[in-house]
Amino acid sequence: MRPETEKELAALIRAATSPVSITGGATRLRPGEGQGNRIDLRALTGITLYEPEALTVVVRAGTPLAEVQAALAAENQMLAFEPDPRDGSTIGGVVAANASGPRRVSAGACRDAMLGIRMVTGEGEIIRNGGRVMKNVTGYDLVKLSAGARGTLGAITEVALKTAPVPPVRATLRLTGLDDAGAIAAMTTALTGPFDVTGAGRLTNGTVILRLEGLAGSVEYRAGRLREALGPQAAIETVEGDADFATLRDYGQTGEAALWRIVLRPSQAEPLLAQLPDPHIVDWGGALIRAEAPQDWRPDLPQGARADCERGAAMSLPETDPVIARLNAGIRASFDPRGLLLEGAA
Amino acid sequence: MEMPAPDMSVISRRDQIAARLTDALADPAAVITDPAETRAYECDALSAYRCPPLAVVLPSTTAEVAAVLRICHDERVPVVPRGAGTSLAGGSMPTADAVVIGLARMTDVLEINPQDRLIRVQTGRTNLAVTGAVAGQGFFYAPDPSSQLACAIGGNIAMNSGGAHCLKYGVTTNNLLGATVVLMDGAVVELGGPMGEGAGLDLLGVICGSEGQLGIVTEATLRILPTPEGARPVLIAFDSAETAGACVAAIIRSGILPVAIEYMDRPCIAATEDFCGAGYPDCEALLIVEVEGSAPEIDEQLRLIRDIAQGFAPLEFRESGSEDESRRIWLGRKSAFGAMGVISDYMCLDGTIPVSQLPHVLNRIGELSAKAGLRVANVFHAGDGNMHPLILYDANAPGDLERCEDLGADILRLCVEVGGCLTGEHGVGVEKRELMTAQYTPADLEAQMRVKDVFDPQWLLNPAKVFPLTVSAARRGQGGQDAA
Repeated sequence: MRPETEKELAALIRAATSPVSITGGATRLRPGEGQGNRIDLRALTGITLYEPEALTVVVRAGTPLAEVQAALAAENQMLAFEPDPRDGSTIGGVVAANASGPRRVSAGACRDAMLGIRMVTGEGEIIRNGGRVMKNVTGYDLVKLSAGARGTLGAITEVALKTAPVPPVRATLRLTGLDDAGAIAAMTTALTGPFDVTGAGRLTNGTVILRLEGLAGSVEYRAGRLREALGPQAAIETVEGDADFATLRDYGQTGEAALWRIVLRPSQAEPLLAQLPDPHIVDWGGALIRAEAPQDWRPDLPQGARADCERGAAMSLPETDPVIARLNAGIRASFDPRGLLLEGAA
Repeated sequence: MEMPAPDMSVISRRDQIAARLTDALADPAAVITDPAETRAYECDALSAYRCPPLAVVLPSTTAEVAAVLRICHDERVPVVPRGAGTSLAGGSMPTADAVVIGLARMTDVLEINPQDRLIRVQTGRTNLAVTGAVAGQGFFYAPDPSSQLACAIGGNIAMNSGGAHCLKYGVTTNNLLGATVVLMDGAVVELGGPMGEGAGLDLLGVICGSEGQLGIVTEATLRILPTPEGARPVLIAFDSAETAGACVAAIIRSGILPVAIEYMDRPCIAATEDFCGAGYPDCEALLIVEVEGSAPEIDEQLRLIRDIAQGFAPLEFRESGSEDESRRIWLGRKSAFGAMGVISDYMCLDGTIPVSQLPHVLNRIGELSAKAGLRVANVFHAGDGNMHPLILYDANAPGDLERCEDLGADILRLCVEVGGCLTGEHGVGVEKRELMTAQYTPADLEAQMRVKDVFDPQWLLNPAKVFPLTVSAARRGQGGQDAA
């Protein structure tokens, strides 16, 4: 089912009698998602408003991510949270999955760039929340609640996003010859000093990459200071641009093996890295690990960490606290009292 | 401003309820019922509206907050959470049948972890004391409401507070990684997690900014950032509001991201000059733009800002060359609210608008002000469109306050009309409750209230705030009583 308008979508959802999943390009589905009848939002397209001087863009959910990125690039702007571009990905899928790339360490996640939404609830009611201004504390922030909700609260039909200027200069520091502890330490040094690092990760080949962006003189100055701070323990090379970060961001898009996504504190990363199978990447300065693993492998998680299987079997660890599970279920029921909306918006 | 009639069945049980609360707390002095002492809690910083509470409780731990909430839940007593009481929207204003739970004793730092770039605190700690705890290690906590010396982190979370520097660093919700929350039934949950990610829905995201209506946040994990090497402001003076507004847009458009862009108009400049003599130029509007980084970075950014500003023929472009000059540039802006208070009573609005609408909105405010016969001074965070029009009135002149409230409502409706919202950082509280229908449809409000139903089915936590009284009446279980 592929509604052409928000009203048509609302009518479709109201009329639904069996489970549905809301999808865009269906490029970010996790194991088990996208069941039931799919309601495909790819006909709801278009940038409805773009004010570069206010750093805001408002986009209908089915608009291809690539189209949004091209429109912003034409004005020398970007989505600061750096979602990975997958063929066919829509902006609605990006926000429903809260898809956030390496720049999350400095610019925040997708949910942090989301200013407002229009959505159709599980009852087929059209609502809006938030707006298109940076600061808004008028009522509850259902925008954040819907970010990453994977379509379970309703179908997001339009989203207002904060944009950011494209930095004039980008440079990547490549560090080689570091073990797990050395890699985490280098990323920590980069992120805890006054270097304004906008990405810190490790590629599958073991190279630690640190990104500096901004005005030319400033990037050069900070690169120099950062090299000094990192000391002699690693071989450091500075390269122009940030192609390495695209590699890091796009890791895991191809392949068959189970793919785990683990979020934890950087200070907890080292013991976990020691038990990881290859290949894997580290991002967000050590707070995100994504790893391919045999089907029956399970991470031994430190306190507070979370792991989800992005490919393979449907699996999330640890089990959700019962009170939080009750709140999650209650909120889902409040938006979707008939319980028709399955996970699937991606 | 109306409040619902208090529940007399609660008030008649005051002694019994107070006794139960006292039993539940380690320190008997943590429960206050003496009317002379509860008066200190009869209002927050919106002091026009007052009402002494049934009792005040000052717990020291999460477990004590949970015990108090269990009792209040059991006794069906409304609860009003309170941080430092700096709310400008009446967010922690009590009712006669409510127990105020104050966080003033909960100020401990629980963990500082530079490697993970976070600090965990009890939420009665003040905003500035969070930065104070990590400054020695080269970090700061970014959201900086003007009240940061006094306001508590718990209140910041309740109101999703912002500040002058949020253009670059975001507001509270962008810097909150986790929270220990006590629900109305006494259940304690840990929300968020590493990078702010928790299990399933982003419950932390909806708690932040929910004005103490979903739970009481007793502990918070906050993102801390490395302190920049330095910061320097410039002051740019213009002969018209339009030109100043256009300059703001051009700076943002150019790709430079200053940490703050502040705006003041002539009435505001005149008042602050009389008050503190900052030495501001004679002009219609001025901007204070602050950039930060290392010395060479600051120079590079300021050079670009100067080039942009020259295109708008400013009356003056004053670049700070020293700590003292920086202080003087900020002096007038930071004194603005105090300075206005000297010349007149005033009401401070908090609407936000898309930056592109700035000249139009300033013009329209001028017209509305003339029509109402009340002067309006403008001072605000121009970079993010968060306006603070100050309406001057005479509290002793009969009818003035009402005219002032009407003009305020007209200005806020104007903000919504041009694509903005009723409140950018102060919150709805009791103050803007009845205006919510200007921004949201009944269905929009219903969706929000259903979320409260999940967290607090009996609507005991800070009820009669945020939502128009008639809209929330049935849920508060007092259908017809509000008219009284």
